[in-house]
Amino acid sequence: MRTAEILSILRLEVALDLRQRAAWGGMLLYVISAIYVCFLAVKGGLGVATWNALFWIVLLFAAFNALARSFQREDQGRQLYLYTLVDPRSVVIARSLYNAGTMVLLSLLSLLFFLLFLGGDVLEQANIPQFLLAVVLGGIGFAAVLTLISAIAARAGNGLGLMAILGFPLVLPMLLAVMRASKLSLDGVAWSVTSTYFLGLILLDVITITLAWVLFPYLWRD
Amino acid sequence: MKHWWWKFLAVALLLIASIAGLWVPLSPALVHVSPSRIVPGEVVIDVTGYNTRFADGMRTYLVNDSQYVCPIRVDVIDATHARIVAEVPAGMRASMTDLIVQGMTYPGAFFTDSLGEGIESGACAPTPSKLDLTGLAFAFPNRSILYESIRNLFFHVPMWFTMIALMGISVWRSIKGLGSNSLDHDRAAVSAVHVGLVFCGLGLATGAVWARATWGAFWTNDVKLNGAAVTALIYLAYLVLRGSIPDAYKRARLSAIYNIFAFVLLVLFLFVVPRLNAIDSLHPGNGGNSGFNDLDLDNRLRVIFYPAVAGWVLLGVWMVDLRTRAARLTEQMDR
Repeated sequence: MRTAEILSILRLEVALDLRQRAAWGGMLLYVISAIYVCFLAVKGGLGVATWNALFWIVLLFAAFNALARSFQREDQGRQLYLYTLVDPRSVVIARSLYNAGTMVLLSLLSLLFFLLFLGGDVLEQANIPQFLLAVVLGGIGFAAVLTLISAIAARAGNGLGLMAILGFPLVLPMLLAVMRASKLSLDGVAWSVTSTYFLGLILLDVITITLAWVLFPYLWRD
Repeated sequence: MKHWWWKFLAVALLLIASIAGLWVPLSPALVHVSPSRIVPGEVVIDVTGYNTRFADGMRTYLVNDSQYVCPIRVDVIDATHARIVAEVPAGMRASMTDLIVQGMTYPGAFFTDSLGEGIESGACAPTPSKLDLTGLAFAFPNRSILYESIRNLFFHVPMWFTMIALMGISVWRSIKGLGSNSLDHDRAAVSAVHVGLVFCGLGLATGAVWARATWGAFWTNDVKLNGAAVTALIYLAYLVLRGSIPDAYKRARLSAIYNIFAFVLLVLFLFVVPRLNAIDSLHPGNGGNSGFNDLDLDNRLRVIFYPAVAGWVLLGVWMVDLRTRAARLTEQMDR
């Protein structure tokens, strides 16, 4: 694993995504449609707890949709070629980072659309930096768990269905912790209370990425 | 014989723990007292006991802030029912009054009206050596709400201990399997998961029954229960993953990776996330509820509980062993 390798894979991912803009457009459209459905279903007037729950549910499904592509867009042969060029560990770290970036961007965009459609009343008492931190850490956490799961599902030759089955129970710890943290930050609770949650989230993120780094080399071999 | 001794041990421990766990009586306690409020004047109190031996001449009194009210008359109806008549004075200090019968306390039995500066304490005060344990040598604690269901401790809790132990064995075999090229470890890992899921199901069933009896619902939104649900989902997903890969070696490798990844996250979920929001749990050992350390698991329960845990874990390991050997034989016959 080398920094140069990781950087060049990151460049490759960006180039691929720029070339297939439809994929990003699809992801965005998915999120916007989901938020619009929420808007139609609840017709405004949401309490903080419900707003928070809807926001994270939409993000969770968006994450599954977005990250499933991670290891499925190239065929086996191309992947094998990639692994002979660079250390597989670089690949999984680069993809985790790239997916984390994708998720952070997607989370912030969904937050924008949530505020647009469902109103910004919930942010009245909120501690905004805390909430943004929760969104960013949550996005990174989803990406960290789902990158390896996406690789396993792709290797098993079974797409989104298997990924959902394998991923849901594993994302739950992250989801519960981040929903709790974001609820508290929306209520405007002080840092001294929420810092435990943020430290817990960071710990979960770090452990998950380390596990992916340790386990991935066993995954790609046939 | 050399290799079997632990199987005999498992059976012996299970028999001892299950028979003793169901047989040993609950210690006597007062379970119901009416009325729940006393006012100055003559009060008639009906007391119901459980496993008690009420007898004529038993020492009975009301305690309010270490001042005593003695009864005028105690009518023993039978071994578990008695009627107490007392003249309640005005001016007691505390708003809750306890009832004590034969050394058994019913704490906070009565809301007390007409509080004041204190009363003249009755002469029926107990002698300091208060251990009046009505002659039962070995009995389980009789706790309100739990009552007889306290015996479930010997069945519900060992299920989860066993499940975690078996999943630990499974992940250990998965780690070893990743480093080698044989399918032996994979067979053991999946057998452990199968048996572990059986214990998970039993843990859920015994837990649901217990929750219904004590909390009033079969399922609640509780960190411990969510942990149990996630565990079941993870290992069912593990089996689905295995089912969707036809090639044996690829299946062994991919499922081992998932097993290790899932186990670490599961351990975090079961033991770290509950610490984050520890305040809102009903389950013993969480959120200010006493675990089985301080009050509940007193030594009378421990004597049965630890053999039960050891017995169930050994039985689980034995089942895994049998399943693994059966799987190996099936594969040899298919070949």
